[in-house]
Amino acid sequence: MYREQTLKKFNPALDNILYILHDLQDNNPEHYLAKEDIRACADYLEVPYSYVHSVASFYTMFSLKPRGRYIIRLCDSPPCHLMGSQSLLDYLKKSLDVKVGETTKDKMFTLELTSCLGACGVAPAMMINEEMFGNLTPAAVDAILEKRRKEL
Amino acid sequence: MNLVRNHVLISIDAGTIMAGARAVEKALIDEIAAQGLTAEISVLETGSIGATGQGVILVVYPEGVYYGNVTPQDIPELVEEHLLKGRPLKRLILSEIPVQHVIKKEKTGLLKEQPRIVLKNSGIINPENIDEYIAENGYEAIAKAITSMTPDEVIEETKKSGLVGRGGAAFTTGMKWDFARKAAGDIKYIVCNADEGEPGTFKDRLILEGDPHKLIEGMLIAGYAVGASKGFVYIRGEYALSIERLEKAIAQARQYGLLGDNILESTFSFDITVMKGAGAYVCGEETALIESLEGKRGHPRNKPPYPVTEGLWAKPTVVNNVETLANVPEIILHGASWFRGYGTEKCPGTKVFTIIGNVSTPGLIEVEMGTTLRDIIYEYAGGIKNGKKFKGALVGGAAGAFLGPDMLDVKMDFVNLKEYSAVLGSGAILVMDEDVDMLDMLKSVLHFFRHESCGHCVPCRLGTAQLVKIIDRISASKGKKDDIDKLLKIAQVMQATSFCPLGQSLYLPISSSLKYFGGEIHSRVR
Repeated sequence: MYREQTLKKFNPALDNILYILHDLQDNNPEHYLAKEDIRACADYLEVPYSYVHSVASFYTMFSLKPRGRYIIRLCDSPPCHLMGSQSLLDYLKKSLDVKVGETTKDKMFTLELTSCLGACGVAPAMMINEEMFGNLTPAAVDAILEKRRKEL
Repeated sequence: MNLVRNHVLISIDAGTIMAGARAVEKALIDEIAAQGLTAEISVLETGSIGATGQGVILVVYPEGVYYGNVTPQDIPELVEEHLLKGRPLKRLILSEIPVQHVIKKEKTGLLKEQPRIVLKNSGIINPENIDEYIAENGYEAIAKAITSMTPDEVIEETKKSGLVGRGGAAFTTGMKWDFARKAAGDIKYIVCNADEGEPGTFKDRLILEGDPHKLIEGMLIAGYAVGASKGFVYIRGEYALSIERLEKAIAQARQYGLLGDNILESTFSFDITVMKGAGAYVCGEETALIESLEGKRGHPRNKPPYPVTEGLWAKPTVVNNVETLANVPEIILHGASWFRGYGTEKCPGTKVFTIIGNVSTPGLIEVEMGTTLRDIIYEYAGGIKNGKKFKGALVGGAAGAFLGPDMLDVKMDFVNLKEYSAVLGSGAILVMDEDVDMLDMLKSVLHFFRHESCGHCVPCRLGTAQLVKIIDRISASKGKKDDIDKLLKIAQVMQATSFCPLGQSLYLPISSSLKYFGGEIHSRVR
């Protein structure tokens, strides 16, 4: 079980909670914090389930809903907005046929928005999982998504 | 040992990795080997040189030639022309790279002058090699402090330098340290705020990626001054490369005995732990950051007590920004009066700016405090893209102020901008050309705040929602006559009653956009 192995890596101290939740989420096959993940973390840290849920729901990098293999996080902060992130968002919604926060039917992509990624020099920018992409255009987005589809 | 004829530096940072730097690096090493030049030419990794949007960047020394937008396909030609035949490959040379190192007295011709204190090593040394940092006088300042200065003298020197917090609040660093030193208690903490979330800001990321040891040394000095033996760096979860580089640097510093017990055989002990955030703008506020470090929701705390007396786990805690701490080693090494030789009387030193938006060459520059907005835009960032006219700039991030064309000659420092009811903030400058719809920009700012309001206090939680509702209405041409007054009034109430700076700061972008672009915005309501 990934949960036990994940928890073992950390001291059962409350100040490790973000690390633990990051790790549980990364190891969850559906890239989110399931009830079982939250329960495991709560038991390990000896805090109520509600406490861990309150922390997990506060931070935008944690998801309480199942997500796809690739999590697209498009920046919509003012610098990227100025450089056209809105039209990219419309394009992504249309080409993936999802709304923000939803996952494609084939469970490949989840579309999310994020605050500034610090990649403003190459705005508009997005992240897919840990990887950053900048100077985005619809054509560039198509190529990036296509590459990931083919990798399967 | 072989004599190396050329050093080729390749910039490996989040931006260049995005542009394919790893593939270029591999092609370069392979091509050099194929040409039998491995013994004569050394390929080294370094941090960002400050330019963004220029693709993969290589620097060839000793000539100091900067290449940009390099692809693996360019490598055979580049190696043959420059490294084999000694003829720089003109078509790839970057002419507008704003790098010069006054401290190093290095001249590179076309390049604009920049006094680099904080970014002295960035784009020069390999950030993953502690020896390269040490070769650039690294860890000399902490050695000087431990061996020849008392903690009080370190604080005094920092106070005298006039260094103020570079995260935006501009509080005197030496004073903060002094409060924490004098606070009761044996256990004290140094916390570095690397939760860089102000839209348009990426200076801390490039410091962390380009010169992580400088931050470690700054924290060591702060720890020595305050009497702390434990430090934390709170980094945004999105900054994967920063976290990786800093953790490597900490491990190396431990190996060298520069972190741990009895540093440099003194009685001073200090160690650093990296904490990874999880995406919350409000955690840039120091008390919210402390809550998050303790493993809670990142809600801000009531102040006072301030962190310097009751911070992390209720112990005296200094919270300093990355850039602030990165200034410290140079101040201790060269002295307060040397530092005061840069910048203005009231605001000494340099500032790292991120200059982005509709400019020809967006990027990161370090210039003296008091440099004009015009110089930053036209001298360093190559002016407005496509020869268009300057319309305005958003200075200081989303929590900053809009400035109009008549403010181009304003001197950019903390003290001076205050006189114009503006702020320097984190140093983000978002430039807008003549075609930009200012109402749309303001809308984007308000949407940002609605998303990032943490929900802890009523004025901010409800206020941001109302502001978004109103601006969306105006933007859809359904605005009512008094809507703009309402925006201002709500923001005013939020400024007066919000619990933390997040809710208090919306008044500034709203009032300043109306000050400079009021006609345009008013014309959008019937």
